[in-house]
Amino acid sequence: MTEAFIAPIVRAVGLTKQVFTGSSALTILQDVSLEIGRGEAVAILGASGSGKTTLLGLLAGLDVPTSGSVHIDGENLFALDEDGRARLRRDRVGFVFQSFQLLPALSALENVMLPLELAGKPRARERAADWLGRVGLGQRLAHYPRQLSGGEQQRVALARAFASDPQLLLADEPTGNLDSVTGDEIISLIFELNRVARTTLLLVTHDEGLARRCPRRIGLAGGRLTRDERSGNG
Amino acid sequence: MVNGAIAVSGAKMNGADLSPWAVLGLAARMLARDWRAGEQRLLALALIVAVASLTTVGFFADRVGRSLTSEANQLLGADLVVVSDKPMAARFVLEAERLGLETTEAVRFPSMTQFSGRSLLTEIKALAPGYPLRGKLRIRRSEGGVDTAPGGIPAAGEVWVDDRLLRRLEVHIGERLTLGEREFVVAAMVSEEPESSAGFLNLGPRLMMNALDLPATGLIQSGSRVSYRLFVAGSEGAAVAFRQFATLAAGPGQRVEDIRDARPEIKSALERAGRFLGLSALMTVILAGVAVALAARRHLQRHLDACAIMRCLGASQRLILSLHAAQFVMIGLVAGVLGCALGFACQFVLAAVLAPIVNVSLPAPGLLPMAQGMAAGLVMLLGFALPPLIALKSVPTLRVLRRDLGTPNAMSLSAYGLGGGAVAGLVLWQAQEIKLGFTVLGGILGTAAASAALTLLVLMLLSTFGTGAGLNWRFGLANLRRHRAGTVIQVMALGLGLMALILLTLVRSDLLDTWRQSLPADAPNRFLVNIQPDQVPAVEQFFAENQVPPPQLFPMVRGRLVEINAKPVSSRDFVDDRARRLVDREFNLSWAQTLQPGNVLAEGRWFSSGDSGKALLSVEEGIAKSIGVKLGDSLTYDIAGSRLTAQIASLRKVNWDSFRVNFFVVAPPGVLEKFPASYVTSLHLPAERSLIMDDLVRGFPNLLVIDVAAVLGQVKRVMDQVVSAIEFVFLFSIVAGLLVLFSALGSTHDEREFDAAVMRTLGASSRQLRAIQVAEFALTGALAGLFAAVGATAVGYVLADRVLDVPYTVNPWIWLAGLLIGAAGVCVAGLLGTAKVLRTPPMQVFRTSA
Repeated sequence: MTEAFIAPIVRAVGLTKQVFTGSSALTILQDVSLEIGRGEAVAILGASGSGKTTLLGLLAGLDVPTSGSVHIDGENLFALDEDGRARLRRDRVGFVFQSFQLLPALSALENVMLPLELAGKPRARERAADWLGRVGLGQRLAHYPRQLSGGEQQRVALARAFASDPQLLLADEPTGNLDSVTGDEIISLIFELNRVARTTLLLVTHDEGLARRCPRRIGLAGGRLTRDERSGNG
Repeated sequence: MVNGAIAVSGAKMNGADLSPWAVLGLAARMLARDWRAGEQRLLALALIVAVASLTTVGFFADRVGRSLTSEANQLLGADLVVVSDKPMAARFVLEAERLGLETTEAVRFPSMTQFSGRSLLTEIKALAPGYPLRGKLRIRRSEGGVDTAPGGIPAAGEVWVDDRLLRRLEVHIGERLTLGEREFVVAAMVSEEPESSAGFLNLGPRLMMNALDLPATGLIQSGSRVSYRLFVAGSEGAAVAFRQFATLAAGPGQRVEDIRDARPEIKSALERAGRFLGLSALMTVILAGVAVALAARRHLQRHLDACAIMRCLGASQRLILSLHAAQFVMIGLVAGVLGCALGFACQFVLAAVLAPIVNVSLPAPGLLPMAQGMAAGLVMLLGFALPPLIALKSVPTLRVLRRDLGTPNAMSLSAYGLGGGAVAGLVLWQAQEIKLGFTVLGGILGTAAASAALTLLVLMLLSTFGTGAGLNWRFGLANLRRHRAGTVIQVMALGLGLMALILLTLVRSDLLDTWRQSLPADAPNRFLVNIQPDQVPAVEQFFAENQVPPPQLFPMVRGRLVEINAKPVSSRDFVDDRARRLVDREFNLSWAQTLQPGNVLAEGRWFSSGDSGKALLSVEEGIAKSIGVKLGDSLTYDIAGSRLTAQIASLRKVNWDSFRVNFFVVAPPGVLEKFPASYVTSLHLPAERSLIMDDLVRGFPNLLVIDVAAVLGQVKRVMDQVVSAIEFVFLFSIVAGLLVLFSALGSTHDEREFDAAVMRTLGASSRQLRAIQVAEFALTGALAGLFAAVGATAVGYVLADRVLDVPYTVNPWIWLAGLLIGAAGVCVAGLLGTAKVLRTPPMQVFRTSA
């Protein structure tokens, strides 16, 4: 129990991802190792093409590395099959994407209910409505994604991510598709919800300003880690 | 989506610089790259199925049609035939001889043949020397021997029979069978004879004998249904002259047939059958057209970016259009050839299924149906694929910068006006008749509208009342609602094919069962015809001796209707086919004091005992309507040369399904007795007593025994074969319906992949993802099944009510089968079609969709 508490929630060792196009191989990530402790808020910072989204995808088990391993909460991701990884995400990981990734056929409420229903949790409807209320969309439950603005869609996505009480929240450029004012609102909301829910936050961004709001920042360039720094207050 | 077309270098992009061959080469390379993407494969498959279904029917109809034309002489056995229900008048023979034409005569009638205690209803043809004047007659002198030309007609005392008679009477060549009051040696088996190929639906066994033997058999008596034929052949001019003479000289009950109208009823029946099968095949074409439209639309969506980039690199609109059009034409030609090959193979199946009914020797198929199939395929391809193609060439170049720009509006319904026009053209062409064509088109539109209304209604009901359902169902429903138009198209496409199959299997057997059950168990199963007045006491005694309750014998007098209200009538006065036939033929008149069971008086009054000897008639309601007579009208009949005029005193409704003897026209006693009559009756004979009929025929060889079960069995066999043929043609439309499903799945593939990726990210297991897909497919399939069941029930009701006149009971199996087959079928096909969706890693999906 104590050991589990101390053990990092994310541990990646020697992560390498190559894609093969015909005869030549392109290395996107090379030998990346990192650990993230419980309750930390970490930004992964890098330019376009630095491999940060690929890293996030591997940490979430949405893709398979060429070599290396990822442990989430002590469980070896790539020792699990596709369904095992999905179960692990369902129980412990939340997601926020740059392009929201809401299901267009479902209403805001149904989108938030989805992870709860997939996990077979009780009172999905009430809990989803509650979370939408918390992100300020209590009046928009029955609206479909196409009827919502970008900021509102990202709020729905946030509610969806937090609804299943994840231990780890992965956010991929969550403000990338939003104007700066809306983006700031969303970021504040993420940190606020994160604080209340005591979630570990891993944020991928190319925005130095946004990254500075996280106590720990990891730099990525050309598929390799370049820096791992902590602010004084972290 | 990266497309191979982008790889074309900018320098070559200007259409003006490329020779047509270079464009073709480039198009071929693009096609090869695109082939893997899948929508071209669906498009090609849809075309193959459409062309195959059209050419299957086309090749078959062509073979039958050419056989009828080339064998017209064989059908007729002469250049001209005069047919009469009385012995041939000498004036015809004399005129033919005067004109230098060859003649011969034959007498045809039904009779019982007997062998070794068995008896069989047989079509007898008694021939005079010289037969046939045209066409081939071939016989076999020993079983297993070779066919030879006999060089004459059966010798006196000999008969030639067909293989059906040999089989059913279990008689062998060389043995003696009994016909009427005489015995004959079976001298040969007839393997090919004129007039027999005219035996469409004429499945009775046949026998040929020498006309000289006819009187000795004692078979031709009053009341016998005999057809006398004079065959005429010779030079064309003389034949024309004779035709003119004979047409003028033909009296009532006489007609002239020549090669042009040889067996018009067969021709028109086969033409109608061909047209019906053709229209059934057209359903496949329409469904395949929908699949082509969906595949072409997806082709457009996938190539929007590539085209915008090509435009950036300097490709002209014309080049883009010709590149893509060339691809489609290449697919069209290859698929057309493959479809024709498949159709050619399948028509052999159709010919084999229908061979026993058509009963004509079929020549090899011609090339015309192939050309027609190819043309129809290309028309359909261009009709449905051209609108998206034209949209493709006008992609705004700016799309390279702004992706939301320029999704050309080719998906709107109006863009498919061309496709609709192509379908309408094909339907009209296949129907070969404006009215039928428009009826079919109206039917198609009506069905489409009905399926759309039903689908939307059910979707609405489900989303209103189904909010409490589990995630799977809610999600499946949401997907169906999202693609309403696609859902309607899939439901219609699958539902139509399913409906046809349900109708042909479940509903058909239901209706026949209901009809059979509507007959009482002791409904008569034998008709006895041709009993002579002097045989009546003996026949009654025969039944008494055999402990069979003697059936009531009805007198029957044959007379021709010659005047209505003192005005002469001729078949030419009537438009109605039935009325024409009735006036041409002789009526069966009877007399009775009491109204028969199963008859209900509709108008007027039944004869009282005081009406005996009065010239009154009771007429069946339906026939009165056909020939346009009412209560109080007077009818004049020519009966054996004398005239009888009587007034209609009542109209009756008759239940014809009862299998009792019934008459269109009945007089009171004392009116018809002076005319030559024969007696007829029907009776129920339990199966274990059926052998006494053979004894009866032995005692009274002139009697005809008609076995109702055998006749019904024959009708059923013919119907089964026709239904098998239709089912075979509808198999194509089921395949086409599945192709529509696959095309629709293809057009939503990217969305499904995205949905699955999001759900995977949120932690959905493969089982959950599959369950959600299954829910959606099961709903689609169940909707199609529901539509099919509703349609089949409606058609079944109309058939029961209007055609068979039996109460229609809804069979719950139809609904259950429709829903289950629909849901299960679409689930299997759908899961097969979306297997790839579940295998793609989420990250890859997000990258492509970003």
